Amino acid sequence: MPAADEQTQAEPLSDELGAADRPWQTVVWNDPVNLMSYVTYVFQKLFGYGHDHATKLMLDVHHKGKAIVSSGSKDKVEGDVSRLHAAGLWATMQQAS
Amino acid sequence: MKAWRRKGARMVAGFEQQEAAVLRGLVSQMEDMLKARADEAPQDELSELTGIKAGPSTAPDDPVLARLLPDFHRIDPDQPTQEELDSAAALRSLHEPELLDAKLEVAEVVMETLAPRGGEVRLSIEQADAWLSALNDVRLALGTALDVSDEMPDELPEDDPRSAHLGVYHWLTYLQESLVQAMAG
Repeated sequence: MPAADEQTQAEPLSDELGAADRPWQTVVWNDPVNLMSYVTYVFQKLFGYGHDHATKLMLDVHHKGKAIVSSGSKDKVEGDVSRLHAAGLWATMQQAS
Repeated sequence: MKAWRRKGARMVAGFEQQEAAVLRGLVSQMEDMLKARADEAPQDELSELTGIKAGPSTAPDDPVLARLLPDFHRIDPDQPTQEELDSAAALRSLHEPELLDAKLEVAEVVMETLAPRGGEVRLSIEQADAWLSALNDVRLALGTALDVSDEMPDELPEDDPRSAHLGVYHWLTYLQESLVQAMAG
């Protein structure tokens, strides 16, 4: 859950609505098996990203341990995570904080 | 075998009989594991009536299957929230059957296009995509079983029981890397 101090600008009444409206994020985690070239290929194929953007995301996964690769409604992110699982990537979903 | 190469809209590689036997053996073992998991799915009248399958709500105990069928949330084992646990269970139950189907489908493409005696394999782009996913799945399975890590050496000491299998793992890595390169070319 978000820290209270991040919500100082929000109207108190809108807090609950805000939680439901926060977008979802698709997170891909580093693992020792998946090939860098394959991960880049999957990002290009599944999301239509250009080679440079896909490579940057792959390097974030590799060096930082994870990257947020897409975001949007719960349904959309659920579908993205499903497709990444089918491709064998370690993906999870979370609500933006 | 030599590297995959692109010939027009086809990806082409030649396999020795022994290579075909190794790959088909691994893919078919994985299919057996996935089918056994699919058979564990709860049966109820509603799913038989609607044809909509509901999968199990808990992750497999087996680490290989658990890696092939990941959770939808990454839950802190020390501080799990009930909301996350409930959501992960619901999403697994909803999506695991289609994930199992997808993995079995790509595995079957390998079994259908790679003859038991080996020989030349010619793949359409669509079939090559299926091969990439299936090769990744068998590498995940073998890599998890061998406890492969980022620090894994290329070769293990001969007395390490994983030594022989690691050679197969590296060969699968070469096979997949070469196919990604051919498709990008």
